[in-house]
Amino acid sequence: MATIATVPAPGYGAALMNALRSFALLRESIVGMAGTALVLFWAILALGAPLFAPCDPNATLLAFAKPGTPIPIADACWSDTFILGTDNIGRDILSRIVWGARTVLTWAPIAAICAYAVGIVLGLAAGYYRGWIDDVLSGVSNIILAFPVLVLYILIIATFGASPLNIVFAVTFATGPLVMRIVRGLVLDLRNREYVAAAETRGETAWRIMLVEILPNARGPLIVDGCLRLGYVIITIGVLGFLGLGLPPPDPDWGGMINETRQMALAFPHMTVFPCIAISSLILGFNLMADGLREISLRD
Amino acid sequence: MALNFDENAPVLEIKDLNLSYWTRAGEIPAVIDFSLTVQKGESIGLVGESGCGKSTVAMAIMQYMGGNGSIKSGSIRFKGVELTELPPDELRTLRGSHISMIYQEPFAALNPSLTLGTQLKEVPMTHEGISDTEAHDRAAQVLADVRLPDPARVMAAYPHQISGGQQQRVVIAMALLSNPSLLLLDEPTTALDVTVEAGITKLIADISRKYGTSQIYISHNLGLILEVCDRVFVMYSGEVVEEGTINSLFTWPRHPYTHGLFGCIPLPTADKNAAPLRPIVGQLPLPHERPHGCNFGPRCKFFEDGRCDAKDVPMEPVAGTTSDHRVRCVRWREIDHSQDVAHGDAKDPMEIGDAVLAVEGMQKYYEVHDRSIKALLAGKSVMYVKANEQLNFDARRGETVAIVGESGCGKSTFAKVLMGLETATDGSIRHDGNDICKIPVRARSPQQIGSLQMVFQNPFDTLNPSHTIGTQIGRVIKKFGVETDKTKIRARVMELLDIVKLPRDFYIRRPRQLSGGQKQRIGIARAFAGNPSMVIADEPVSALDVSVAAAVTELLMEIQREHKTTLLFISHDLSVVRYLSDRIVVMYLGQIMERGTTEAIFAPPYHPYTEALLSAVPIADPEVTKREIVLEGNLPSALNPPQGCPFSTRCPRKVGTVCDDERPPVQMASDTHAIACHIPLEELARVEPVIVVPSEEERAHVAHQ
Repeated sequence: MATIATVPAPGYGAALMNALRSFALLRESIVGMAGTALVLFWAILALGAPLFAPCDPNATLLAFAKPGTPIPIADACWSDTFILGTDNIGRDILSRIVWGARTVLTWAPIAAICAYAVGIVLGLAAGYYRGWIDDVLSGVSNIILAFPVLVLYILIIATFGASPLNIVFAVTFATGPLVMRIVRGLVLDLRNREYVAAAETRGETAWRIMLVEILPNARGPLIVDGCLRLGYVIITIGVLGFLGLGLPPPDPDWGGMINETRQMALAFPHMTVFPCIAISSLILGFNLMADGLREISLRD
Repeated sequence: MALNFDENAPVLEIKDLNLSYWTRAGEIPAVIDFSLTVQKGESIGLVGESGCGKSTVAMAIMQYMGGNGSIKSGSIRFKGVELTELPPDELRTLRGSHISMIYQEPFAALNPSLTLGTQLKEVPMTHEGISDTEAHDRAAQVLADVRLPDPARVMAAYPHQISGGQQQRVVIAMALLSNPSLLLLDEPTTALDVTVEAGITKLIADISRKYGTSQIYISHNLGLILEVCDRVFVMYSGEVVEEGTINSLFTWPRHPYTHGLFGCIPLPTADKNAAPLRPIVGQLPLPHERPHGCNFGPRCKFFEDGRCDAKDVPMEPVAGTTSDHRVRCVRWREIDHSQDVAHGDAKDPMEIGDAVLAVEGMQKYYEVHDRSIKALLAGKSVMYVKANEQLNFDARRGETVAIVGESGCGKSTFAKVLMGLETATDGSIRHDGNDICKIPVRARSPQQIGSLQMVFQNPFDTLNPSHTIGTQIGRVIKKFGVETDKTKIRARVMELLDIVKLPRDFYIRRPRQLSGGQKQRIGIARAFAGNPSMVIADEPVSALDVSVAAAVTELLMEIQREHKTTLLFISHDLSVVRYLSDRIVVMYLGQIMERGTTEAIFAPPYHPYTEALLSAVPIADPEVTKREIVLEGNLPSALNPPQGCPFSTRCPRKVGTVCDDERPPVQMASDTHAIACHIPLEELARVEPVIVVPSEEERAHVAHQ
């Protein structure tokens, strides 16, 4: 039995190494690298928000200050000037953007993960069982998708109130069916593979077949779609903030920042332009990352 | 156009051609030092295993190498015109008109959204600028030439409205429309059923005679090449290793690889006990890991250090035999293949034990719901697909029983019922004494499931790409309750890897790191993990290359021998079936046409369908004579099978309306040999044998001439 000892047991370490290795393939795509860099930039800002934000994001310091104006109160911030200026009630825009990154990068992934969890479970069931289960699930999801998304969001938030959890709920409700349709399509193809038949012939339970035999093989398209979907969720959160249905004030929220200052956009462009750049660059980052992943997956 | 053809030059002349692909791993030489001359009206066969470069040659002739392939050196001349230097617009006039290509899958070669007529007319209209009506007449004429009944109806149809065999006939017609000088056929019958294949093969042979078209016929099947070609080129790992006329090369193969290939094919002379197959050891080298010197060196038993791996081996003409026989081997003069036994060591026949499986009157109908208003009004909204009708047979311990039939004959449905993925409509299947035909797999006990396992068809689909080999086999052991302790499961997986002759470090490998043959070995290991009393093998080697298939077949039988397992072998290939089975069940459209021992099936009295099936199987031995039987028509729909005998619509021996109206009686030719046919046994027994294999003396006689 000596030979057995020479073969290391595959553990979670190996699985992690594999995941890292496939992610390292992103290096081969310039587009993917650019996207990753953008996302990483915002992720680091969000993680180290207390370090990177010069001021307290909710402190009113000096209203209508343009970028580069010296900070009048000593020791309120670690910088000497308002690098990106202040808003109409005197809060430092840079600090609000940095803290806003933390908000959006906390809630957007949570919302996306919830939407995915729901979509995957329903999609697996619809694609694997087919028949009436598929009919019911697909029918309900089509009804939800037939609704204008924005009206759906407004209805949900108006009914349940504006809070982070309700945003997660709204996003899950509106995006889950989309994810379900993708998963269902993938499962309809994968369920006909012989390894699924092999699992069935040894009497595995339906959920084990779905989760262990089918789902891992659908991961490629799902990861790519996940990156794109994350971008859309960020847009959604921004839009809800802009409509005043986002996170309750005064906590910084990029969409809300644009909404609060949009009437002054012509006179003080810095108040709206910088949050806009923040939103677009983060979404761009996720989209480029998705493009890069897709590009790599298409190569041999 | 500015193409000046020299009608006296050979149709195609390829000299010292070298082709390469560029990939992430760098340059990969796909074809090395390739020379070939095709004269007018000649048929050339290009044979080799997957990855040997045979399709790349065809692509190079069409000048269609894709983005990352290119011609490194050498010339390709078509009637004196150098193709490698031709500008794109002149190439366009050449392709499809002077040189045509026929691909493997007809349904992928035809556009599903255009009628066949539109697609056919397009060819002469583009190349010759003739009018629509003229093109229509020409297309109808060629369709009649490829023996499609009712050309007008075919022209108006869409591809999905005709059968696969008819589709391939349309593709051939399309290739012939512009009367090309050269026809490239890339595995034109591989996707078709055997009896359909026989018809297409005959058609291709007739056409080249009628039109005087030269052909290059690419195939992995030596038997087919023998039937269609004049000369044959054997390729291995990017090189031609041997070329010659059919007779010369098939009778006196000079290269150890060619010789080895014949040892891998289940010829009528092979026998699983007396003369087993002799697989070629090792596997095809990857294109960027080819050895120095002879590419076949590492797998060759005549390998000599310092000579075979010294330098690239040139092609040399073989003196003393028919002209044109050339071989790429440094030792061809010394090796005496006649002293070399073409088969492995003889083994004792297996002992046949008690019955393991007894199928009685098994029936499986599928309900099909037609929800159209018309069907509802007519009260015919529920129809039945009769997938299996009245199956009766048994299998005993240690025995190999084969179920033979073409696609749609219900053999896979039967396997599904056995495995419990479907339940039978009626009848009984007793396995180890229990009736299992109505118990779905999830209601069976782990022991029951473990004792009846399956080897699947497609090696690239049979293992889950997301899990390691170790986890996949380990799961089976755990699931069947063979072992529960983690280290013991691990030890058992290692044992199984030993049994299927794979290295133990495959435990941590993933399926994508394995070759097709290795994957199929894992599939076998997985099936034998639960110590089954019976294993169902559904075409386990049909997707594998010849030399790999032989190794996997031998392995399967070796394990069967050791474990005294009953093997239920499902296949469409009668030569493999003849080689390894003890008893055969022939199915057509869900019913058993004939069953009996292998000897009984292969000798008269035959069922007319068995007779046609035997005739359709290509045999790679020029001295074997075969009676030619080509079946007309298509397989009827299982939704609406013929009232009487299912084979009555295509049967060449049909006696009359009794065949259409009445179920044929099951006649017993002997205790074990049953034939379901209206023709009396005495008459069937008078039929001449389909395959005649010469005796050893006759062979020796031919060889001396």
